[in-house]
Amino acid sequence: MSAMPVSAILIIAEHAQGRLNASTAKCVRCAQAIERAAIDIAVLAADVGAIAAQAAQLEGIRRVVTIERPENAEALAAVLAPQIVALAPQYTHVLGPSTTFGKDLMPRVAALLGVSQISDIMAVESERRFRRPIYANNAVATVEASGHIVVATVRTASFQPAAAAAKAAPIEPATLSVALPAHTRFVSRSQVSVDRPDLQTAARVVSGGRALASAENFQILYHLADALGAAVGASRAAVDAGYVPNDLQVGQTGKIIAPELYIALGISGAIQHLTGIKDARTIVAINKDGEAPIFEVADIGLVGDLFQIVPELEALIRARTKGSGAKA
Amino acid sequence: MNRILVGIKRVVDFSVRVRVKPDGSGVVTDGVKMSINPFDEIALEEALRIKERGLADEIIAVSIGPAEAQQQLRTALAMGADRAVLVQVGEPLEPLALAHVLLELVQQHQPQLVILGKQAIDDDNGQTGQMLAALWDRPQATFASKLELDGAHARVTREVDAGLETVEVDLPAVVTTDLRLNEPRYVKLPDIMKAKRKPLDVTTLAALGVTLPAASTCTLKVEPPPVRARGVRVASAAELLTALEQRGVL
Repeated sequence: MSAMPVSAILIIAEHAQGRLNASTAKCVRCAQAIERAAIDIAVLAADVGAIAAQAAQLEGIRRVVTIERPENAEALAAVLAPQIVALAPQYTHVLGPSTTFGKDLMPRVAALLGVSQISDIMAVESERRFRRPIYANNAVATVEASGHIVVATVRTASFQPAAAAAKAAPIEPATLSVALPAHTRFVSRSQVSVDRPDLQTAARVVSGGRALASAENFQILYHLADALGAAVGASRAAVDAGYVPNDLQVGQTGKIIAPELYIALGISGAIQHLTGIKDARTIVAINKDGEAPIFEVADIGLVGDLFQIVPELEALIRARTKGSGAKA
Repeated sequence: MNRILVGIKRVVDFSVRVRVKPDGSGVVTDGVKMSINPFDEIALEEALRIKERGLADEIIAVSIGPAEAQQQLRTALAMGADRAVLVQVGEPLEPLALAHVLLELVQQHQPQLVILGKQAIDDDNGQTGQMLAALWDRPQATFASKLELDGAHARVTREVDAGLETVEVDLPAVVTTDLRLNEPRYVKLPDIMKAKRKPLDVTTLAALGVTLPAASTCTLKVEPPPVRARGVRVASAAELLTALEQRGVL
């Protein structure tokens, strides 16, 4: 039987407030690129119900394994890692998303399993061979895992989410007797930007740089973003200058995103920023400096004063939306 | 003695536009400016501030790398580290091996806190801190943007995708730094002179008595990234709108 699975892959679900994060479906798509693999999703939560049900709806899943414990209410790596390690012996691969959740957790899992991790898989070459970006995406390394198990994070910008399944996969609770540490305690969370589409998953992103020159001036960017139904991002320079909160930073050390449309306003395009947007389908740059490096990656460039151009563009988009009756 | 151990990695300077070697074996590093990994500089700065607040007695900067990494350790000493240790290795080690070496240093020096960069800007692995915490069986607080010490605990604000998260960890613990934890100080000339007299020990894996785990990853080749096709220039907002419509993105 040619369909006999060779690899067994466990994906660690990322979730918050009872909802599965889109990064999990992208990990599934990455796992599907490994031939002849059985794919399970592990949901660790204080209340697994709704999350497991969403995970079970992803196409190509064999089953969803749940670990429901009150200690799993918050995603603390030191608490989650030993539970994942207890599940691991049945698997050839353990994957998590290359989001702050997965970046925090997966290396701890890998170390407990005695292997180094493959960070930021951008392409699968075979079940043990992967491509990943290094040097802020200025080089691509092909790496091979030779350990007894593959532990890896998946660069979510490189994969589309898995489709919805016709039929839900079975959900199976796992009971483990694993002692959990009490040395790490969740205190609080402050969510800064909630009124716009999520930067990491949005189809359209409008991003601003230092040239916006103030937090107030970001208003023109917000208006354009709202006209487009876009999420808002920023360069490190704009974040450091205090124009916008930290979680809007796009780049090597911020968020790596792959929207359909990325509009960079007054962003010069440091390599650290460009690495965060290279997978965008269409990049638009508006900048008064025609020599700015952002134009090297822009599909459409417009040299000029953004304070004049952006309101014009917003008006044109609003008029177009109204005229066609289409949803922007 | 209340100690802080800080990791220092020698990397290609962040401002260098790296080039891939034609044979695909890596990137060109000959004649290229090398520096302390920026996140490690932030780690050291945070340790210095903790010491200046009277909450630590000694800061040890450690590096695992080539003989030339002594340059970066000298810079760390000039910034204010009290002493430095270089574990000299011929080939770069993978993250799990680095964590094993750091664990040995931790066991020797018994620090209250280990502060490492959240990632190195060369291999972008982002693993070593979490791995050290796992092997040491101690807490980790990654991507720190604020660090407060209170006796036996540290309260750490972390930069996560959704915003900011605060955790409390028992000490000793491993903290990894994010960009906005602090702004590292500049080194002053008299400090460079003073640093020459500070102890910098060079040791080896054998002398430390570390047995490395078998390698579990191997780099087969390194290539330049795919280049994007050359774009078009437009002259007005109206032309931009047309170009967007033509590409079918609106």
